[in-house]
Amino acid sequence: MTDLPNQRSKPAPTWSSDEFKGRLARRHRKEAGLKFLGLAAIMLAFLMLGILLWTLISGGAQAFRQTHVTLDVPVSAEMVDAADPAGGNYRGVIAEAMQATFPEAPQERMRALSGIVSNAAQFVLRDRIVEDPSLIGQTIQIRVPVSDVYDQLKKGNVDELSDESTRRLSDADIAAFRQLEAEGRITLPFNWALFTQADSRFPELAGLKGAIIGSAYALLVCFLISFPLGIGAAIYLEEFAPKTRFSDIIEVNINNLAAVPSVVFGLLGLAVFLNWFGMQRSAPFVGGLVLALMTLPTIIIATRAALKAVPPSIREAALGVGASKQQVVFGHVLPLAMPGILTGTIIGLAQALGETAPLLLIGMNAFVTSAPSTPFDASTALPTQIFIWADSPERGFVARTSAAILVLLGFLVLMNALAIYLRSKFERRW
Amino acid sequence: MTGLAFALLLSASLAAYMINRRAALALRDRGERLHSLGMFHGLYGLLLILVPAVVVTILWIMLQNGVINTLTMSSLPDGALADMANPQLVLSEIQSLAQGRVFGTPEPWKLEAAERMNDLRANSAWLMVAVVAALSAILLLVSRRQVAAAFRARQAVERIVMGLMITCSLVAVIVTFGIVFSLVFESIRFFQMVPLTEFLFGTRWEPQMPIRADQIAAEGAFGVLPVFLGTLVITFVAIAISVPIGLMSAIYLNEFADRRFRAVAKPILELLAGIPTVVYGFFAILTVAPALRAWGAALGIPVAPNTALAAGGVMAIMLIPFISSFADDALSAVPRSLRDGAIALGATRSETVLNVLFPAAIPGIVGGVLLAVSRAIGETMIVVMAAGLIAKMTLNPLDSVTTVTVQIVTLLIGDTAFDSPKTLAAFALGLMLFIVTLFINILALRIVRKYREQYD
Repeated sequence: MTDLPNQRSKPAPTWSSDEFKGRLARRHRKEAGLKFLGLAAIMLAFLMLGILLWTLISGGAQAFRQTHVTLDVPVSAEMVDAADPAGGNYRGVIAEAMQATFPEAPQERMRALSGIVSNAAQFVLRDRIVEDPSLIGQTIQIRVPVSDVYDQLKKGNVDELSDESTRRLSDADIAAFRQLEAEGRITLPFNWALFTQADSRFPELAGLKGAIIGSAYALLVCFLISFPLGIGAAIYLEEFAPKTRFSDIIEVNINNLAAVPSVVFGLLGLAVFLNWFGMQRSAPFVGGLVLALMTLPTIIIATRAALKAVPPSIREAALGVGASKQQVVFGHVLPLAMPGILTGTIIGLAQALGETAPLLLIGMNAFVTSAPSTPFDASTALPTQIFIWADSPERGFVARTSAAILVLLGFLVLMNALAIYLRSKFERRW
Repeated sequence: MTGLAFALLLSASLAAYMINRRAALALRDRGERLHSLGMFHGLYGLLLILVPAVVVTILWIMLQNGVINTLTMSSLPDGALADMANPQLVLSEIQSLAQGRVFGTPEPWKLEAAERMNDLRANSAWLMVAVVAALSAILLLVSRRQVAAAFRARQAVERIVMGLMITCSLVAVIVTFGIVFSLVFESIRFFQMVPLTEFLFGTRWEPQMPIRADQIAAEGAFGVLPVFLGTLVITFVAIAISVPIGLMSAIYLNEFADRRFRAVAKPILELLAGIPTVVYGFFAILTVAPALRAWGAALGIPVAPNTALAAGGVMAIMLIPFISSFADDALSAVPRSLRDGAIALGATRSETVLNVLFPAAIPGIVGGVLLAVSRAIGETMIVVMAAGLIAKMTLNPLDSVTTVTVQIVTLLIGDTAFDSPKTLAAFALGLMLFIVTLFINILALRIVRKYREQYD
């Protein structure tokens, strides 16, 4: 069969014929088309991610700096009684300071000029004086945030060339602010208040402290509940459970639970924890409980995978030297599976950190102006704070929402980086 | 107080560990032959105290508020509640008084009740510590008496641990039952106020109408059809956008991409899945919806400010990695021999994918798409932020529609009274959502599993 040259009776279309070439070209075009479509799909997804991140970063970066004004404040004894420094008329003191800053301004402009300084200025001043009452009678220098409209002006979000009636600041307001700027009183330092203050109605004062602590408490409760429960359940199902109908039901159950919409868990928390058990509304403890129920399936599934990855030879060797089944599991299999379990747990907790809907239903979108001191105090969490701020109409909250999202994403990146580090550092391939 | 109780039970159980272990070792030193190691005697004491004490403490914390509330409410003077439409409002007022938040001048009986509530709280806390202490002491004695050379401490410990693990795995089942039970319970109360047929077949959804509990829901105001229609519209938009993109990227990653590109591209795609949904919601209202509106205006098409296209489109971005990784897995799971056979016959890569791999992977892909549908139906934050509130009977994706999850959240946000149909309607919606997504999930998992069995 090998040596049969030139035995064809009629010339079959060869690969070099035009017909053949045309067909091949068509097929190659199709190939290139599919390839292009695939690449385009991926690039589209990347583009979306890029736009999303760019929107957040460009919008949120501004909120990490906050315009401050430095004022010389004459603290007169008439306004602040040395016997009761906390009860002084600090609003009046600030007004006097503005008067001193703009000596030639007419009386009817003073109200508008006082609006440059944030409402928080009086409290900053009060805390200063209460701490050191000897300042009464002196003129002291304080640096306080400016109110949101002027903050936006400083950051270039106000179109000064537009018609005066269409913006919230009149030309005179802008001129006054420019005068302060020329005097070197306006600074734009890093916005520490974003991390040291809780929520506020005024965007220039609002911070994330309450939300961060609330989220931390909720995650702690979530971890303390879901981690032991998840590991216990996973060990039982993977190592001990007999293959019965009962263990089948549990397995199916866990898989389904992992896919239940998160808002349903919120309904469960509302009906059971708040309504039947009468637990505290808006408390991070209840939030943590609900998140724990949601994270449980994730941890169980991750733990089972980690346990499965430990080779049977380990078990057999331990059994061979006389260990009981539980000694095998707790003394040998579990420690070897721990890195995998921890990785899965951290990823589960990262998901829980970003979860919003169930927390809304148990009232963690409350307006709370102080950070919670225990897990049972009313509080917000990072995602619900983002939701609250996204709903607020003030311009300053738009930037702050993006900033809060960046903070949340920062925490998520940290947690996932930790998970990846753990995996690469401790994972063993058998 | 809670901290004290936990400190107490922890130190008691540690003490039990040391005492029992030392007692067992003392027996050994006296020349008796122990059945179990000293450690197991100690562990037995530890677990014997820890398990019941922790259970009691947690139950106490969970149940005490409910008991205290009932006690406070039942001890109110006669007639105080008679003229009040809503006892729950009274309760929450008393609760905030008890925490020292006074608004206006409350009636004296409310102040009294708040004081009584605080007394009950303090008593309950002390009682809890006392109960934990007594329980620990008794169990410490019991476990100490059991230390003996012949006592099978290891078996006892292993039985307790096994029981604990079984309990842990039952929690998942209990949670499912809790979900079903609470949803069904509240839904039944809802259907006592609004007939089931009205709910399922009504075409008007105006739940905000009954404001007070004594008002009866206006007829037809709780018809779920327009809400379902809205959910379908947004889900359809999300799936119609995400499935082609997800499939195409999976095909590219699986067949055409070299290893380095795949190693970079896959994690970046996964990033999209890791972004919290509240972020997507913000993106939708801040960027996507205004952009769609501007395009619509430029083309002369009226686009609603919270168009279904914005919510659905952003949801599609979230679903891309989901579908792509499912499709990727399904394509990879097709046996190598099929692929090699097609290539050997002279098929190009695209012909191999489209004519051989893709048909073989269809069940897995369909399963993944179904799971994506169930996620789209249950997705909450994107639609809460970007979709509308008013239910309309429309299929136009440019219009503003509402979804089941949006309604659940808006009905329950803020103070909730569990006796108004407005609140309970949310649970009826939740029940429907749960049933529908459960059905889709089971179907999807079944399809995926059935397909796997074909080749393994």
